[in-house]
Amino acid sequence: MNFFHRHRGLTPYLLLAPGVAWLAVFFLVPLGFLAYQSLQSGNIDFGYAFTWAWGNYWHAIRDYRTQFVRSLEYAGIATLLALLISYPVAYWIAFRGGRWKNLLLLFIVAPFFVTYLIRTLAWETILSDNGFVVNTLQSLHVLGPSGRLLATSTAVVTGITYNFLPFMALPLYVSLEQIDERMLEAAEDLYASKLHAFLRVTLPLSLPGVVAGTLLTFIPAAGDFINAQLLGSPDNHMIGNVIQSKFLELTDYPAAASMSFILMTGILVAVAVYARIVGTEQLTGTAA
Amino acid sequence: MAVEERIEQSPERAAEPSGTPDVRLERVTKRFDDVVAVDDLSLEIERGSFFALLGPSGCGKTTTLRMIGGFEEPSAGVIYLGDHEVSGTPPYKRDVNTVFQSYALFPHLSIFENVAFGLRRKGTRGGNLKGKVEEMLDLVQLSGYGRRKPRQLSGGQQQRVALARALVNSPRVLLLDEPLGALDLKLRKEMQLFIKRLQHDVGITFIHVTHDQEEAMTMADRIAVMNRGKIEQLGGPDDLYERPQTAFVAGFLGISNLLTGEVSGRDTVRLGDGTTIRVRADALDGRSGRVAVGIRPEKIRPDDQDPNALQGVVRERAYIGVSTQYIVETRYGNVTVVVLNDRPGSIPHSPGDHLTLSWDPEATFILDPMEEPA
Repeated sequence: MNFFHRHRGLTPYLLLAPGVAWLAVFFLVPLGFLAYQSLQSGNIDFGYAFTWAWGNYWHAIRDYRTQFVRSLEYAGIATLLALLISYPVAYWIAFRGGRWKNLLLLFIVAPFFVTYLIRTLAWETILSDNGFVVNTLQSLHVLGPSGRLLATSTAVVTGITYNFLPFMALPLYVSLEQIDERMLEAAEDLYASKLHAFLRVTLPLSLPGVVAGTLLTFIPAAGDFINAQLLGSPDNHMIGNVIQSKFLELTDYPAAASMSFILMTGILVAVAVYARIVGTEQLTGTAA
Repeated sequence: MAVEERIEQSPERAAEPSGTPDVRLERVTKRFDDVVAVDDLSLEIERGSFFALLGPSGCGKTTTLRMIGGFEEPSAGVIYLGDHEVSGTPPYKRDVNTVFQSYALFPHLSIFENVAFGLRRKGTRGGNLKGKVEEMLDLVQLSGYGRRKPRQLSGGQQQRVALARALVNSPRVLLLDEPLGALDLKLRKEMQLFIKRLQHDVGITFIHVTHDQEEAMTMADRIAVMNRGKIEQLGGPDDLYERPQTAFVAGFLGISNLLTGEVSGRDTVRLGDGTTIRVRADALDGRSGRVAVGIRPEKIRPDDQDPNALQGVVRERAYIGVSTQYIVETRYGNVTVVVLNDRPGSIPHSPGDHLTLSWDPEATFILDPMEEPA
């Protein structure tokens, strides 16, 4: 008789313990510390003191509202673009991929073998002022002679879309792949054209994937700063850039911490609204 | 019963001359790459009949059904629904509905919406829609379940939803693709009778694909036994069982004992050692040379009351409850005999007992001799 046999009721808690400990040490404690820091005042030279400095929050909103809104806007557009690009790809792989499915999925993930920073730097080269893309677009008169791609919002949103695409494509693929093709035959059998079968059966059944994909894309995209920094100008800076510079360059920890909290709240609210609209059933996947 | 009035016939269907078969296949072949799934098959299915396609897996029965439903196109040949040729017509334009294997109910829709799916596509709305769906749910004994989701129902209930979802459209033909395969034995038996009764009530042509001979015989009026893409024999259940025309049919539908011999007269066959047995003259039908004489196990009696007799020794005995099965060794190989346990206290024969087996010449059927002894 060992310990586990004698205390059967404890087993689930013991199994949970490592995960809970991980979350506590690496999430809850830092989060608590960040909250504490966000209400401090002072500076790096004279030290910080906890003073219930709610002013940090008001100042952040007052001074950086543009960047907050821009972050949600860019992330939202990038998420939508990623969805529009990924859905047909995931659909095609799931239903027409046949024995090439795994290879095709690998192609989607392949860019991830190269680090995030390098990939974004590559885009910087691709979109650069004397690069092939800009030259071609200029000779086609899509862009004016002094027109550029780099340092525009287009470049930033393109970069975000590109970098987070797999987070959209993979959950979409999983939810589409699970759809029993007989279900589509049944819809056709019941007088639904291919389009109707898609709208009434495939699309609703793939919603859990759409929800998972949009969340996995939107949440990190809203906090991203690499794309705006490398592909954008200061006019395209997102709140991530501000937080990064406050933390690492200006060492204004309380301001950076309060902004982090505001961003977190903003994302939570956006997700909550989204979940309300799409329906929580899809979020938890019980509809599948 | 008012059910027949509920299922309206489409005007086009009503205008057809009576006697037009509901489904007609003319020399239909289906190839998948190099594999011939269905081989030059011709078939007519009468209106209002319960038709079964019976055969082992890979015999082409499901492919045949899918071609009728429009999910596969024939490589050659023509399919008619009534007097309309339907080659190239997609499933959603065909006047047939299917009950799929494992049902394929829409998990995100309620039972009501599942059943209403086809009606909505055809433009039925409002009270008419509600009335039809509820009547159909009532018919499959699921009234009051409309608001539930498929996953909240048992297997048998899901099966009935699948039936309702297809039948509510009052199609010309209902296709059933191994519809009972996922159910346990007891429920399967219940559903067999339920579906047969339902077919009788609604009067729609049912085409049922199954590999279970007992299921086909219980439910269908006519059965096509398929093997390797062809129909081996087509007929009523009793035809197929009592008068199988090929060894495949005899073997697929129950157990049969085959004795090989030489035709020696209008109604006699001489076995290897010179014993002459009598057979049905119309079964022999003027054949000569070597034939196999078939007798079903339950037609053989463990006594000498019938004209044809054979000596043997009991080798094995299996008590099945309603009957007892014996394997009896004879000069012509092992013979299976099934004796009904219909009298109390009757003493079963034991292994080692010497027995005389006899049977009525009327109970025999004749097949081509098998290449290798069974």
